[in-house]
Amino acid sequence: MNVLDEALLWLNDPLTWTRRGGIIDLGAEHLAMTAIAVALAAVFAIPLGAWLGHTGRGAGAMVTLGNATRAMPTLGIILLLAAGGLFGDTATVVAAAIFAVPVLLANSYEGVRGADPAARDAGRGMGMTGTRVLLQVELPLATGLIAAGLRTTIVQVVATIPLAALAGGGGLGQIIAFGMGTQRYGQVLAGGMLVAALALVLDGVLAVAQRFVTPEPLRVDTRRR
Amino acid sequence: MAANPWFSWTYVVENADTLWAYTVQHALLTVQAVAIAAVIAVPLGILVSRIRWMSGAVIGTAAVLYTVPSLALFAILAPFLGIGRTPVLIGLVVYALLVILRNTVAGIDGVDPAVLDAARGLGYGRLRVLLRVSLPNALPSVIAGLRLATVSTVALVTVGVVVGYGGLGQLMFRGFRNNFYRAEILSATLACVLLAVVLDVAIWAGGRALTPWRERGRP
Repeated sequence: MNVLDEALLWLNDPLTWTRRGGIIDLGAEHLAMTAIAVALAAVFAIPLGAWLGHTGRGAGAMVTLGNATRAMPTLGIILLLAAGGLFGDTATVVAAAIFAVPVLLANSYEGVRGADPAARDAGRGMGMTGTRVLLQVELPLATGLIAAGLRTTIVQVVATIPLAALAGGGGLGQIIAFGMGTQRYGQVLAGGMLVAALALVLDGVLAVAQRFVTPEPLRVDTRRR
Repeated sequence: MAANPWFSWTYVVENADTLWAYTVQHALLTVQAVAIAAVIAVPLGILVSRIRWMSGAVIGTAAVLYTVPSLALFAILAPFLGIGRTPVLIGLVVYALLVILRNTVAGIDGVDPAVLDAARGLGYGRLRVLLRVSLPNALPSVIAGLRLATVSTVALVTVGVVVGYGGLGQLMFRGFRNNFYRAEILSATLACVLLAVVLDVAIWAGGRALTPWRERGRP
């Protein structure tokens, strides 16, 4: 039997989906871990990025941070956390959150920094304090970029979590790791397809959501050229 | 319980051969993947920037492929291509492709229209404008794309452990399996970061040599 048939057969079995620890359970766990990791990163990175953008400080550090984390192998970090005693799902969420920070930080920084200087001046001219300029002028103007950053981050985190399955973490990556360990390549393929589908569907849904949260006058053609 | 330090110089010295072998494997895989991606992406980028209607479709397809998580892509490729180097290499090429493609198109699109006009005014034909004006002007952007692709490829290679070919990732995973051998995991991780930095600087230096007319700046 070839691998593709095997994968489809496995996916076609209702029990694969509904049993305990089946695809539905793992998928829900995957999404829950994603939500926590993104929330953790967002709580930290969006206010910090916005504040840095408002004061205009830390641009150099931002670039360095972005470059450094790109070179950091995610797998290494997950395994190091595991070796340090942080195991399973917690370690995964922490690692995913760490990798989510730079994108969110950069986008909120750019968004606030890139707010129309005329609008900022008008706010000041009306007697707004610095905080009010940030909250009522700059942040609303930055929603588009921050939403784009959140979308990138969420998709990235969904893609990072499967790696943790190699270190005993949960989520849909388990299907791949288990299939590899037991040489059931049909399951490996099926797991790969599930993770890929989750990322693509989520990206599509978020693209629509991003359009809705961006205030109408700020909507640009977001299609990537 | 035996000591399990995070870093041990003794480990590095005693396992220098192994570390070096995996680093070489890692570096070769990275360079090969980025080179293949560049050979495909740069001409494709030039083509796409000429023929507008193609650009949406090509870059859209590349972006969709880019969204597929690396682990999933390796897992999808491995059953068909076998365990080992091939699925990893092809996966890496796919990811590097989009980065280089985007930067090539952006570079060509970003050439100052006045410069293009001047070249046309001097009687340059379309091909000469492309070769003598557009491409040299787009070079910095292409090189920026190559750097970005290389650095992220170095990090991505480690995911190859899932199909048994992950360069330094192999060493990290072995350390993890060997009762959390911290020194091994950390040394491999550091070697990985170091490799990214070295390759990045090498491409930066190469780019600098290729564009002597540009203002000098730090990498």
